[in-house]
Amino acid sequence: MSRKFWREGEPLVWGTAAALTVTLLIAATLVIVVLVNGLGVFWPAPVASATLAGGSRVMGEIVRSEPVPGGDGERLQFKIGNRDLYGLDFRWIDASAIASLDRPRDALVLERQEHGNFYGTLLDVSGPTAAGLDGDPASRLATLRKITERRQAEIDEVGDELSDLNARIVGLTTKRRELLHNGALPDAPALQELQGQAAALRAVYEEDLARQEQMFADLQEYTATVADASGTEKVIPLAAIVRAYRPNAMTWVEKVLFYLSKLKELLLGEPRESNTEGGLFPAIFGTVMLIFLMTLVTFPLGVMAAVYLREYAREGMVVRLVRIAVNNLAGIPSIVYGIFGLAFFIYGIGASIDQVFFSERLPTPTFGTGGILWASLTLALLTVPVVIVATEEALGAIPAGVREGSLALGATKFQTLTRTLLPMASPGIMTGLILAMARAAGEVAPLMITGVVKLAPALPLDGQFPFLHLDRKFMHLGFHIYDIAFQSPNAEAARPMVFVTTLLLVLIVLGMSSVAIVLRNRMKKRYTYGTF
Amino acid sequence: MNNATLAIKDPIVEVKDLRFYYGASEALHNVNIAFPRRQVTALIGPSGCGKSTFLRCLNRMNDLVDGSRVVGSIRLNGTDIHSSAMDVIELRRRVGMVFQKSNPFPKSIYENVIYGLRIAGVKDRAFLDETVEKSLKGAALWDEVKDRLHDSALGFSGGQMQRLCIARAIAVNPEVILMDEPCSALDPKSTARVEELIGELRKDFTIIIVTHNMQQAARVSDYTAFLYEGLLIEYGLTDKIFMKPKNKQTEDYITGRFG
Repeated sequence: MSRKFWREGEPLVWGTAAALTVTLLIAATLVIVVLVNGLGVFWPAPVASATLAGGSRVMGEIVRSEPVPGGDGERLQFKIGNRDLYGLDFRWIDASAIASLDRPRDALVLERQEHGNFYGTLLDVSGPTAAGLDGDPASRLATLRKITERRQAEIDEVGDELSDLNARIVGLTTKRRELLHNGALPDAPALQELQGQAAALRAVYEEDLARQEQMFADLQEYTATVADASGTEKVIPLAAIVRAYRPNAMTWVEKVLFYLSKLKELLLGEPRESNTEGGLFPAIFGTVMLIFLMTLVTFPLGVMAAVYLREYAREGMVVRLVRIAVNNLAGIPSIVYGIFGLAFFIYGIGASIDQVFFSERLPTPTFGTGGILWASLTLALLTVPVVIVATEEALGAIPAGVREGSLALGATKFQTLTRTLLPMASPGIMTGLILAMARAAGEVAPLMITGVVKLAPALPLDGQFPFLHLDRKFMHLGFHIYDIAFQSPNAEAARPMVFVTTLLLVLIVLGMSSVAIVLRNRMKKRYTYGTF
Repeated sequence: MNNATLAIKDPIVEVKDLRFYYGASEALHNVNIAFPRRQVTALIGPSGCGKSTFLRCLNRMNDLVDGSRVVGSIRLNGTDIHSSAMDVIELRRRVGMVFQKSNPFPKSIYENVIYGLRIAGVKDRAFLDETVEKSLKGAALWDEVKDRLHDSALGFSGGQMQRLCIARAIAVNPEVILMDEPCSALDPKSTARVEELIGELRKDFTIIIVTHNMQQAARVSDYTAFLYEGLLIEYGLTDKIFMKPKNKQTEDYITGRFG
């Protein structure tokens, strides 16, 4: 009996099953934690108002509860917001200290540009055009917010004009420096003319700036007077309010709409509050563009290198050594690639490019500093071994008969390669590319020294000539996670965003891989050799 | 040894003093043979005797083998195939080949058939269409596939795929077709069809076929050459080889005493 037990490998079967289960459990736990924490962030949480035993009152969202450390009973963590009043967003309160707890329907949450959420009640609104309005403060607030939003849009328009003017002035300045750099005398007519143009632009700029400042000052006159739980009054300019809502009075449909509006902001908006609030659009854009640029480099480079190695290089000592080297490249820590990228691409090539093409801008570096081009090249270097190995294996797996069949019909080696072998190897090559993309999407360390930043002023692709700015620094979801989770001054408030960002990064990697997998399966169907 | 020679008038392929080396080892020893025009010649012999190696010398497929070396001369219509007057691409267009395992490309039937023409740069649509029909008819495949010329070639039976490979070979209109055990992976019914096809093709092409199957050699070929351990042992009309072999080894092999 027991001999049969061992002979049939029963323990091993159980062992393999257990190994798989453990792996799946770990992966599932990770995914579930991210999903549960990430998906719920934008759902409007109810606001609780607690009266403490001492008579003071606290208002805020109850974030979580846990047993009192070293004591009896439970304690609740309130997100009390109002950072400008209290200094801290969160507060632990022992359940035993709470005399009564309710959810007042008029509890107001103001999402603000600065200082986090405000929890309290609305007392009054005022503004230059508020006099003729009637109705309760809530409806007046809504009306006035529409007005201020429209004005804000006008101010933003002026802002766009200003940045456009600024770009033109900078362009003129650069041109002037270029001329001076090339030996023109300071009183040359061309320079005089440039200076004249710049002065004219600067006059318009000053005028617009003054206009914008006046508009902004007018906007500040629209205010809301609110009171916190303990009755402290506070006047908040409407321009500083992003959202105003009463979660306890919201219907289910309103909550869904609120969720969608937050989601829209996340995907399309700019970050606020040192990245812990607002949108992630620049980071999403940076991540996708980085991987896209990386793919543009790593794909042709890897495939061509593998083709040479497999099809043209004569098998021997050298090829074997190269192959071993390529395989081992994949095992080098990514930070080493980052340092290499910094030394070779940025200080080497980038600095040389600056010397030759952008010498008039020196000592301000253009390409001689971190940027999306160098970061994507570094990632390409990091992932190219994956593509090489996959391509080599795919080419090697093609039956010898196909190669011979093509050659026997009078095809050259090159024709055989391009017409038959590469299409047949394409599913395998795609697999390599998927792995490379997944690896690249997860890398943060090499990016940190080759051009990723916490907050990028402009996207690497925009409407300003020459549209594609490969020298620009960029934002990245992976770095974003690191930054807000570990570098944020207010880690507790940043927590939800960490999960949201993680979820988003996972979804983006999944999305890109899915596209590649669909492509691969289509190719597989077309090119896989049927057996008979 | 020279009992193997046979006088062939106006041979299409003439092999003289052929020695073939894989690195240091000599796989073919001084082979002299001439192949008659528009006839089927079978190469028989036990495994490892050098039949396939010999066949692959005729269209220089052995060039692909690292460390291989050829000594002696092979003439196609009088031109040495190793001379500078003959480009290897040109040679392979003139000497087609059908392999043991059918190897259609993962393309449509149509594209498979015109592969040789496409790589030669032929673009004339009407000519390509005509060639596809002619070649598929030539390979007795037209009726089966004429309605799905643009379907993938990979979804067919082994026999159909092998006939497609034959169609592909004849599409470039070669002078010689080399067949390396074309039926060894086929069932008896498909084998019969391919053999029948070979009988048809000999009207237009010279065929040199390597086979393990003695009955097949007897059925399809006009001439038979027996190779053993890299030596051409006996060569003659198929009837004579099978009825009255001059050589003891040939007789032993044919009667199944070894091999």
